[in-house]
Amino acid sequence: MSTTINQIQDEIIEEFAMFDDWMEKYEYIIDLGKELPLIAEEKKTEDRLIHGCQSRVWVDADVHEGKLQFTADSDAIITKGIISLLIRVLSNQTPADIVKSELYFIGNIGLQEHLSPTRANGLVGMVNRLKSEGLKHLSK
Amino acid sequence: MSVFNVNEIREDFPILAESVHGKPLIYFDNGATAQKPQQVINRIAQYYTHENSNVHRGVHYLSDFATRAYENARSIVTNYINAAHSQEVIFTKGTTDAINTVAFSVGETLKPGDEILISGMEHHSNIVPWQMLCERKGTVLKVIPVTPEGTLDLAAFDTLLSERTKLLSIVHISNTLGTINPVEYLIKQAHNIGALVLLDAAQSIQHIPIDVQALDCDFLTFSGHKVFGPTGIGILYGKKDILDSLPPYQGGGDMIEQVSFEKTTYNGLPLKFEAGTPNISGAIALGAAFEYLNSIDRAGAFAHERTLGAYLRERMKAIPQVRFIGDAPETCSTLSFLVGEIHPFDMGTLLDKQGIAVRTGHHCTQPLMNQFNIPGTVRASLAFYNTTEEIDSFITAVNRSIQLLS
Repeated sequence: MSTTINQIQDEIIEEFAMFDDWMEKYEYIIDLGKELPLIAEEKKTEDRLIHGCQSRVWVDADVHEGKLQFTADSDAIITKGIISLLIRVLSNQTPADIVKSELYFIGNIGLQEHLSPTRANGLVGMVNRLKSEGLKHLSK
Repeated sequence: MSVFNVNEIREDFPILAESVHGKPLIYFDNGATAQKPQQVINRIAQYYTHENSNVHRGVHYLSDFATRAYENARSIVTNYINAAHSQEVIFTKGTTDAINTVAFSVGETLKPGDEILISGMEHHSNIVPWQMLCERKGTVLKVIPVTPEGTLDLAAFDTLLSERTKLLSIVHISNTLGTINPVEYLIKQAHNIGALVLLDAAQSIQHIPIDVQALDCDFLTFSGHKVFGPTGIGILYGKKDILDSLPPYQGGGDMIEQVSFEKTTYNGLPLKFEAGTPNISGAIALGAAFEYLNSIDRAGAFAHERTLGAYLRERMKAIPQVRFIGDAPETCSTLSFLVGEIHPFDMGTLLDKQGIAVRTGHHCTQPLMNQFNIPGTVRASLAFYNTTEEIDSFITAVNRSIQLLS
């Protein structure tokens, strides 16, 4: 059986619990950003761009054996690191599980400030986009 | 009045003692909004505790008291900017509202083909109202180019000015680049061909002395919250004979003399341009902000700020990867920069984690960002309550962020 969304969230929370200060945490997020597989240049189109972000974010979704595979990119490295966490949690899951998921890990690892609608990194927009991709494939 | 002492001044601004992410707050986002001295905060509380009433209408004691406090604030602003009459000082919601007022009212007197001249370093609020006017009236918007170092191309300005130019609307100090524009020259040249001049002083009123009669501008606009007053209040200064000749912007209470269904006549200045119940507490507290500035060693404060600005530029220049966006010979204590290939958002996020508030992004000057071909900048904008020690901490934080990001 594949790992569930909540199992992955718990893994991430455990990983972040090891960090003593903000520097270690952000170093890790920056490293994740560097490791994120790049979205193909030709897929960086207007319809894959999430608006309202100070940094530009593209998200692409593919279905493979009933599960959604996400790829994403951003021009800001911290934004990329956060997307990388979101993708780790939501990619390779069924549309139904994605739609009903509750992303508690964000608050738990102290990134809730990035969820504020006034923040310019558009994390709210990213979460909405990932979930709406789930919804889109659910209704198909 | 005592000689300027930054440590004493800081005690007037309670928010400066706050901590952010467990670190002492270093507030370098003064270009977005300035912090408020206790005197301003107290004045708002005093108004709502003891004086709240509507102005210009009541026969009762409180209304009379509030009206006098409101009009006293107008007098304080009048004196601060050296306007000839208090009727020339209109309370608005802010700079944006003030520019929209001029764009509408002057716009009503313009014909298709008349030209409005702005510059390439304007804030969106000094671009969009004119574009809306051009849509409405068929007027034409012309733009003075900006040089790579972030100054106005004055040769181009001279060529763009013509008998078709009806109004020059120009920023005094650029919010993004910190450039101080040669407004005396611009105003004189524009007047020579008979154009009106609006000076956007949103980023200058808090940094340098403003004398509207010496400047001879026809209009001047600024926001209260950037000059240590509250949000939601601002000033439109206009020369009396010009304001008298213009139609009002919005209709409603306070701006009328007589209303009937056949014919309504308008109030005189300044109320002709203040439709509806105004932001009374905001106006009174803005008066308190200027009284505060009058009570401190203002020349000393402005000199301290210039020293800080020069020190910030010197320290930042020493970091090899740093590049300034705008490096004009005349700047205020605002600095826009980029570091290597680092995205402004990443730098801003890591500075925030170290207790430092800066602004990142396009600063509401997207055409300027397009000209420099960048997505945005990191902007540090200082006020007189900042210190050299804060700049030292800022430099350490920038270096640490560079390390983390590369």
